[in-house]
Amino acid sequence: MFSEIRQMNVRQLLYQCLNFAMVVSSALMIWKGMMVLTGSDSPVVVVLSGSMEPAFHRGDLLLLTNDHEDPVRVGDITVFKVEGREIPIVHRVIKVHEKNAEDTKILTKGDNNQVDDRGLYAPGQLWLSRSDVVGRTKGLLPYVGMVTIIMNDYPKLKYAVLAFLGLFVLLHKEN
Amino acid sequence: MHNVLSRANALLAFTLWVMAAVTAACFLSTVFLDYTVPSQITVKDIKVRSIVDYATDDQQADLATLSFNLKVDFTRIFNWNVKQLFVYLVAEYKSKVNEVNQVVLWDRIVERGERVVMDEIGVKTKYYFLDDGTNLLKHDNVTFVLRYNVIPNAGYLRLVQSTNQIVVPFPTTYSTTRRS
Repeated sequence: MFSEIRQMNVRQLLYQCLNFAMVVSSALMIWKGMMVLTGSDSPVVVVLSGSMEPAFHRGDLLLLTNDHEDPVRVGDITVFKVEGREIPIVHRVIKVHEKNAEDTKILTKGDNNQVDDRGLYAPGQLWLSRSDVVGRTKGLLPYVGMVTIIMNDYPKLKYAVLAFLGLFVLLHKEN
Repeated sequence: MHNVLSRANALLAFTLWVMAAVTAACFLSTVFLDYTVPSQITVKDIKVRSIVDYATDDQQADLATLSFNLKVDFTRIFNWNVKQLFVYLVAEYKSKVNEVNQVVLWDRIVERGERVVMDEIGVKTKYYFLDDGTNLLKHDNVTFVLRYNVIPNAGYLRLVQSTNQIVVPFPTTYSTTRRS
């Protein structure tokens, strides 16, 4: 491996580094571009729990939009953040009381849960408001998110894969 | 030149490519179809009670109880890219305090391969029909409508409204009898 580096001249080395930077920045551009298009801070989420089974299973990838022009209605599968919880929750809206676009009371429930989500909200919180909702599920890709779940469960594997990919991009010579 | 690693790499890349193409084809072949089906709903035995509710601003709220009949056939919706339906009955109305009120009264998950024709009689609501105030008494424009969420194997999650909906007037006096 080190002999390969030694064989490279300065130009080649610079070219490989630039190539690597291109890969990283285009990934970032795709992510940020999706944020702009969907209006959501996290346009893609991975399902982590079974509370929406059998619709969503652990490891499914969800595509979200967050269009504020389009009001939240019952049946929408929202992704919302609750104070004191780091991971956003993906549950379905079962009740809406709307005074106007910004002043809306929303109640959610997981399809596979027996009770509504009031027990999951912050202490004393009875309703979600529009600003708690960070996105609405519009698309579903099964199994794809399994990769990130495995990576998060085994951090060493994550670093190994990242190191391998980095080295591969840096050292790979196009013939 | 063709060592084990490069062959494995080519095989993996091709497999992923084919799987992505099939998924995309599955999505494209079903995304433009019409998923609307008619339904028949009848609502009866509507009673309205006034109860104390701490989730409401002035702590007094109208609670309605009712039962309903439902007839709907989902057979034609189930194509190869439908994993499950989430069917729910919505009561929708306008009130003095809120421009839009929507309450889900009942829902059911219909999975592929289950009984997809529904003919339900005298179903009680699964969730409380509780207003955000005291606006259900004498309300003459509460709309009941069946909606469903089509959940695909892969692709677009669609919300559909069944073609028929009904408007039912509510009682003008509070019911004081115990709930049966």
